Amino acid sequence: MPEPAVPEPAVPEPAVPEPSVAEPSRPEPSTGAAPALEFRDVEKRFGRNTVLSGLNFTVRPGERVTLIGPSGSGKTTILRLIMTLETLSEGYIYVGGQPLTHEERNGKRVALPGRRVRETTKRIGMVFQHFNLFPNMTVLDNLVEAPVHVLGMSREAAAEKARGLLDRVGLAEKADAHPTRLSGGQQQRVAIARALAMDPEILLLDEVTSALDPELVGDVLQVLRDIAAETDITMLIVTHEMQFARDVSQRVMMFDQGAILEDGTPEEIFTRPREARTQRFLSAVLE
Amino acid sequence: MLWSWDFAAEALPLLLRGFGNTLIATAGGTALAVVLGLLLAVLLRVLPRWIRWLLRLLVAVVRNTPLIMQLVFVWTLFSTSEALIGVPALVVGTLVIGVHYATYMSESYRAGIDAVPPGQWEAISALSLPPVRAFRSVVLPQALRATVPSLGNYAIAMFKDTPFLIAIGVGELVWSAQSFGGRSFAYTEAFTLAGLIFLAASYPTSLAVRRLEKSLASY
Amino acid sequence: MAEDLVRLVDFLPQLGDGLLVTVQLALGGALGSFAIALLLGLAMVAPTRWLAVPARIVVEFFRGTSLLVQLFWLFYVLPLLGAELDPLMCGILALALNYGAYSAEVVRSSVMHVEPGQWEAALALSLTPARRMFRVILPQAWALMIPSLATLQIQLLKGTAVASFLTLQDLNERIDILRQDTGDTLFSYSVGFLLYFVLAWLIQVTMDLLEALAKRRLGRDPSDAGFVGRLVAGAGTSAGAGEADAPGTAEPAVAKGGAR
Repeated sequence: MPEPAVPEPAVPEPAVPEPSVAEPSRPEPSTGAAPALEFRDVEKRFGRNTVLSGLNFTVRPGERVTLIGPSGSGKTTILRLIMTLETLSEGYIYVGGQPLTHEERNGKRVALPGRRVRETTKRIGMVFQHFNLFPNMTVLDNLVEAPVHVLGMSREAAAEKARGLLDRVGLAEKADAHPTRLSGGQQQRVAIARALAMDPEILLLDEVTSALDPELVGDVLQVLRDIAAETDITMLIVTHEMQFARDVSQRVMMFDQGAILEDGTPEEIFTRPREARTQRFLSAVLE
Repeated sequence: MLWSWDFAAEALPLLLRGFGNTLIATAGGTALAVVLGLLLAVLLRVLPRWIRWLLRLLVAVVRNTPLIMQLVFVWTLFSTSEALIGVPALVVGTLVIGVHYATYMSESYRAGIDAVPPGQWEAISALSLPPVRAFRSVVLPQALRATVPSLGNYAIAMFKDTPFLIAIGVGELVWSAQSFGGRSFAYTEAFTLAGLIFLAASYPTSLAVRRLEKSLASY
Repeated sequence: MAEDLVRLVDFLPQLGDGLLVTVQLALGGALGSFAIALLLGLAMVAPTRWLAVPARIVVEFFRGTSLLVQLFWLFYVLPLLGAELDPLMCGILALALNYGAYSAEVVRSSVMHVEPGQWEAALALSLTPARRMFRVILPQAWALMIPSLATLQIQLLKGTAVASFLTLQDLNERIDILRQDTGDTLFSYSVGFLLYFVLAWLIQVTMDLLEALAKRRLGRDPSDAGFVGRLVAGAGTSAGAGEADAPGTAEPAVAKGGAR
């Protein structure tokens, strides 16, 4: 438990000393803009199984971070925690300086009410491995639903915006189609447009090409490359497409057994990894 | 005064006596349905096509028409036939409810037999096992595992349908409650107790079936 | 036989009255049971125990005590408590409560069987819990629950025969009168069984139609929803075929992992 000499409730010091590997992303209290994302002493357990423990890191606004690591290393769990698809066991996550699901009040960890959580999550978008388009709505309605009912946009404005986004992912003519009538690659591009329709500050991409036939992967990645080039959305990417990770991200975090093993630029991690385990992992996925 | 413990105490022994008949009908009906259901499932597989069609129609009629009507129909047939006039209502009721639920259970058996993996049938023909022996020692044991929880659920459903036997004058639990209520006007006590007896018997049984279902599903 | 038929024709108006009572019971019971099922089923999946536990208790109570006990309780005990219902309402209420409890379990289970990815996508879009349930999950659960609801609706139809215990002149009761009229048990009851069978068939056809429509709305093949489903599928594939020829559909559709 930290003992601050001066009451400083806004940004308390992390209770646990940061691991040295997280050097470039050390939170800088009281100076500069709030980080887009901050993990503070995050722990996630499933039953007796601890998936993440003592996790601390920050992501700058506009930064593109790729999370790599063997399956079960906790990287997808990190995305799911940010999207509140999993509940945090311990610790805190801050989005743009605002607490996500829990906040510290008088030294106690307090869960925030759902309404307040949604105020934060509506600034975050997520694209899933299996697209998860709503089959009971047309493509356009998939894109219009949340802007109208969460952001309070007018239906006309939301529809116009949705058509623009569909055009951007190359599917303008599919607006009134049924999602199940689209190919996997098309469905995933619609899912990306659906996430963008909310104007997210943070976009989470969870193995978005893993469920696609190899010949459909290229189109989806091209759409994402374009978005990365044209916007300043902060992105957290879990992927096995190492070339894509290299092209798009400024930072790569290597996870192993629920902790950050290595954290650096794509150049550093992919060409001269410090850890033997990173080397082994990379040679296994790149072979 | 909404509730009188005196009336409740007076009603309880009468209700339990009626409950005896409820249990007899349930046990007899279940035994009949379990055997007849299997027989139906097998017959619907092996009989010539047109008899099978006729049997299927008969099964559909039994399943889709009210049990109460079937009870009264058969009871009237029995009581207008010289040979069958002496058969007690409890026996007739048990027979009808057993046949009614046999049509449901045959469907469970059929699903269980259909769920036996095709590899097993291939193995049977590869070993050239005689059909009856193959059915008894290979198909049936595997089919039963998927079928037993479903049979249990139907037995519980049958238990809760036994009050329909009132329609032919069987003195079971709810009949006892009704006649006690009619004499004392203590309907509240009589029917509340009757409901609680049903609940006390059926809820633990259905929990047991659900547990059985889970443990069989985890194989 | 000819005599029986003549009697039957004379009896038709009464039979019609009985049929009307039975249909009223079945329809009222169906609507009531559906409302109760939705209420209790959704309460059972509520995140708070304050809703889920009481709903579960109510469901187990009405499933565990027999229909006839519930009916007699409403008919005999309720007036003692100062609330008198007419027999028809009494019957409808008992049927709605009993089959509503069974249907609630169907609603709960269908909601839980909607693909987890759909819940997650709705959550990721920050939809409110109510919007999540009513706009995303329930429309998909609806397609899952129809076959089981169809079975329960037919059970409910069969259950309407308890009306005769309430002095109501329903179809079952009229058939008994027809038997006394004609003195021909087999003939009278064949008429009765046939009429109930047709009613049950109508329920099945209606539910098959609803299922086929629900499946088509979800972009799934409705052809396995009985013969009605095949009819609807026939109408649907012609429209779908045109769409598949549209430009830009060169990519093969992936079945696995798609928005199912």
